[in-house]
Amino acid sequence: MELIINLLINGLATGMLIFLLAAGLTLIFGLMDVLNFAHGGLFAWGAFSGVWFYGLTNSFTVAIIGAILTGIVLGFITEKLIITPVYGNHIQQILITLGFMIVLSEMLKVVFGPNQIAAKTPPLLSGSWEIGDVIIIKYRLFIILVGILVFGIFQFILKRTKIGLIVRAGVMNKEMVQALGINIKQVFLYVFMVGAALAALGGVLMAPYSGVIYAEMGMEFAILAFIVVVIGGMGSFPGSLLAAILVGLAGSFMAYYVPALSLAVNMMLMAIVLIFRPQGLFTAKG
Amino acid sequence: MSILLKVDNIHTHIGQYHILQGVSFEAKKGEVSVLLGRNGAGKTTTLKTIMGLTPATSGTVTFLNEGITKNATHHIASNGIGYVPEDQGIFGALTVEENLKVAMKKENDAARERQEYVLDLFPDLKKYWKKEGGHLSGGQKQMLSMARAFINDSKLLLIDEPSKGLAPVVIEKVMEAIIEMKKQTTIILVEQNFIMASRIGDTYTLIDDGETIQSGQMSELIQNEELKRQYLGIG
Repeated sequence: MELIINLLINGLATGMLIFLLAAGLTLIFGLMDVLNFAHGGLFAWGAFSGVWFYGLTNSFTVAIIGAILTGIVLGFITEKLIITPVYGNHIQQILITLGFMIVLSEMLKVVFGPNQIAAKTPPLLSGSWEIGDVIIIKYRLFIILVGILVFGIFQFILKRTKIGLIVRAGVMNKEMVQALGINIKQVFLYVFMVGAALAALGGVLMAPYSGVIYAEMGMEFAILAFIVVVIGGMGSFPGSLLAAILVGLAGSFMAYYVPALSLAVNMMLMAIVLIFRPQGLFTAKG
Repeated sequence: MSILLKVDNIHTHIGQYHILQGVSFEAKKGEVSVLLGRNGAGKTTTLKTIMGLTPATSGTVTFLNEGITKNATHHIASNGIGYVPEDQGIFGALTVEENLKVAMKKENDAARERQEYVLDLFPDLKKYWKKEGGHLSGGQKQMLSMARAFINDSKLLLIDEPSKGLAPVVIEKVMEAIIEMKKQTTIILVEQNFIMASRIGDTYTLIDDGETIQSGQMSELIQNEELKRQYLGIG
């Protein structure tokens, strides 16, 4: 039983990290119809800047805030310089964002060096609790709680605020939102910056979880995030959460019981969902 | 009566296609101007061009004596032009309340009063307040779309084919609502149903193959059997 609980917590923690990356991606795709392959680069920058801020201040709170701010600034630059010229053209979006992803990774090597960097868990979140035979690692529980908190905050914003309504309406019909007097391009920019901030948050939380960070980590996680967006349904926030948890749990359990299939399981999951629900588990379209 | 909107020799391309090839007409304050013509004549594109959704490649659109030809859609809407598209543009996953809320520029007492007025005009919407837009009937969607365009006290409403696909009894309701809205605002209406158009419209503009053929008083068109037969297939 303790094994199951440990695998469950592992899977949930990984799922939440993927969710933070996928949440921004799904909003960006759903609202802006933009395939942003550079999203993983923002995740990696969040990890590196967070570790840098942590080394500088020894405060994990500052590290998180620093990483989020880095994400916001990079999100602004990416949207203005890279995305704006290619709105409406998926092929160009894929090419330019893949290129920018490489640029972001290489820039990390220039700024932080080419080697892997060790990332420490903050003392307050280090260690574990033992409840009977079950060992609960504090940091993993922390990640799960942050994921739930982020989901709750964003659900509140999307469901209960005017800007949330506009974003939801924009996912369904951009043209109509503009015809109601709303500057959708400005909304695009804000959503992109928020998505980048979420990716960076995922990155800084990932660092102590994996123990080391490296420039290519963004691409590895971005693939998982894309799978999650497809499974959850393009543009659906709750869909991303559910799909991320599914992917996290499937990865965790498969890695233990059938290690040979641990990498393939996500693709299998995506294929099964696409066969029965090509639009994904949830749909944001009206 | 003063001219609220003037469309002067607009040309619009969509991709490689030259859709509008010289559309001109005026909408006077307080009137209902009806754009008539066969399917594919360019009526919907004319409305979209006024809204900036398919911007004109040449020609001018003037609203309240100000050129809006090259303005962004959200600026045009903010200046006081409401738009009811042919497909109604309802946000299907949002409730009736949320659909209206997205459109409301302000949420003060005046806006709430306006909302009450609009709901009196379309009482069905009050009944389905918490129902998702995607689950409404065609007529209810049409009413929601019109209410949404009207909720901000728009100076001009562009309404595209409001009777399309609706049952006669619903068309009657929609028509009554437009007649009521006409008391408060100026309307440009695209309508294939000539009976409805002739009952509501004050003036008409006949469009064919992307060009204005003729404009005038609706009463003149009603009597012009030749024009109706040639361009509208009536009679």
